[in-house]
Amino acid sequence: MNFDMPNFLPAMPEMFVLGMTSLILIIDLFLNERTRVVSYLLAQATLVGAFILSLSLYSGNAELSFSDTFVLDPMAGVLKMAVYATVFMVFLYSHSYLRERGLFRGEFFVLALFGVLGMMVLISAHSFLTIYLGLELMSLALYAMVAMQRDSRTASEAAMKYFILGAMASAMLLYGMSMLYGVTGTLELTELSRAVQQTQGDRLLLVFGLVFLLVGVAFKLGAVPFHMWVPDVYHGAPTAVTLFISTAPKLAGFAMLMRLMVDGLPGLQPQWHDILVLLAVLSIGVGNVVAIAQTNIKRMLAYSGISHAGFLLLGVLSGTPEGYAAGMFYAIVYTIMGLGGFGMVILMSRAGFEAEQLEDYKGLNQRSPWFALMMLFIMFSMAGVPPFIGFWAKLAVLQAVVSANLMWLAAVAVIFSVIGAFFYLRVIKLMYFDQAREQGSLKPGADLAVVLSANAIGILALGAFPGALMALCLQAMGA
Amino acid sequence: MLENYLPVLIFIAIGIAFGGFMILMGFLLGPRKPDSEKLSAYECGFEAFEDARMKFDVRYYLVAILFIIFDLEIAFLFPWAIVLRDIGMFGFMSMVLFLGILVIGFIYEWKKGALQWE
Repeated sequence: MNFDMPNFLPAMPEMFVLGMTSLILIIDLFLNERTRVVSYLLAQATLVGAFILSLSLYSGNAELSFSDTFVLDPMAGVLKMAVYATVFMVFLYSHSYLRERGLFRGEFFVLALFGVLGMMVLISAHSFLTIYLGLELMSLALYAMVAMQRDSRTASEAAMKYFILGAMASAMLLYGMSMLYGVTGTLELTELSRAVQQTQGDRLLLVFGLVFLLVGVAFKLGAVPFHMWVPDVYHGAPTAVTLFISTAPKLAGFAMLMRLMVDGLPGLQPQWHDILVLLAVLSIGVGNVVAIAQTNIKRMLAYSGISHAGFLLLGVLSGTPEGYAAGMFYAIVYTIMGLGGFGMVILMSRAGFEAEQLEDYKGLNQRSPWFALMMLFIMFSMAGVPPFIGFWAKLAVLQAVVSANLMWLAAVAVIFSVIGAFFYLRVIKLMYFDQAREQGSLKPGADLAVVLSANAIGILALGAFPGALMALCLQAMGA
Repeated sequence: MLENYLPVLIFIAIGIAFGGFMILMGFLLGPRKPDSEKLSAYECGFEAFEDARMKFDVRYYLVAILFIIFDLEIAFLFPWAIVLRDIGMFGFMSMVLFLGILVIGFIYEWKKGALQWE
């Protein structure tokens, strides 16, 4: 450790977000119900500013700083910009939802921005310490956000489960890190990979540490068999918070997996490959099959998220830059679709009615043909039907798996996604072929209507022209 | 090798002797007028023996949490102060920034009324 002045430039977006979040925290203290919108606007301005900073710092090469604990490479740049855009959308979606339920408080935005800061640190981490720092900053903000609706029993229960299981996963991760530190004597990822390559003979202790690391990562991504918290938390949390938890942290979770496995432990690739295959098959299988049994749309989307996490792992386990790019593409596409799916739940709900049941979507076509069509786009995309973007994401990871000579794995993934298509199509059947339980057309707020339409049409437009996003992912992974 | 530990042994011996001497002197010289209040265990204002699942003011909890933050701050400040000469401007500014962030939290809790007991 040296104490020379480090190069602060790569961390400019982080410093900007930290400064702005602290500022919003203070300013919000002096606002009342009527002027609270200032906090919201400042939070959005923070995300826009951070996007501009990250964009101006984006370059093709990697830059280390802070005694090599922090890295700004193309992958970090792209993922961070995706996080800002996602959270920007989350805020747009949640604005009126929060207001109607008395949750429109400065703390929501401050916690979300601290969560974003945690994700940014996690995405740019280049040592076990920064990975853990980012992860905890992100997770603690998320736990508090789930618990924000204090008078709701389900939200309190969800927060409790999330916190306890999350703490356990962090402990597992730390245990794995301590094992690897014990063997290699370093926390820094490049040195770690060098030390692992040079380790002769018995690798048992390294693999032992690796298993614990992967338990921690699998928990954060919500991969089976560490998925138990996902449906309960998604279901119990206020939908605006569910929207946040189910999207942006997946990008950070993907970055964490890449940093630990690809940057830190390429020497153990045969070992983590096998574990990831197991996690992916279980996630895709359990996620798609159990989703069929759900009657609550938030739980159904939670299981769908579990199966998507499995697909994301398929890209990483193939072990090639093209595979990593496919995984990254999948992560970004999943966040876009997740935004649309939970955004639709927000759009359907109103104060005192959460629109959580699948039944609530019956006959949506009679009530609002336009939003039924938008939901159709989102569901088709999640099911992987061309020409929507979800199809290209599935195709990219399957190509990566096939090029890694894992034909059987690709076949399993395809079979289960066909099974999974059932529950996506069921939503469409309910919307178009069933009688509406309540009459009266759906009249969402103008901002919500515009955001959801833009989101769903974006899914279609990106599906028509997937080349640019894919090229960006390939470039970010140096493929 | 072993003689390196001699100071530790001497330290332990003196510690035991000194501690024992104090207790012994108190035992021999102190006045003794026991009553039931004096002999019962002292437990920070709570009844010493009762059901642990009792109601108590949640504000204790808040104060405890706020205390821990500033307690930790001191725990960081001591080692920092000792090596201040060696860590230069970067080390100095890091701590200033850390204290600045704590101050923001302090302003927040103060304005929110968390420090008011009424």
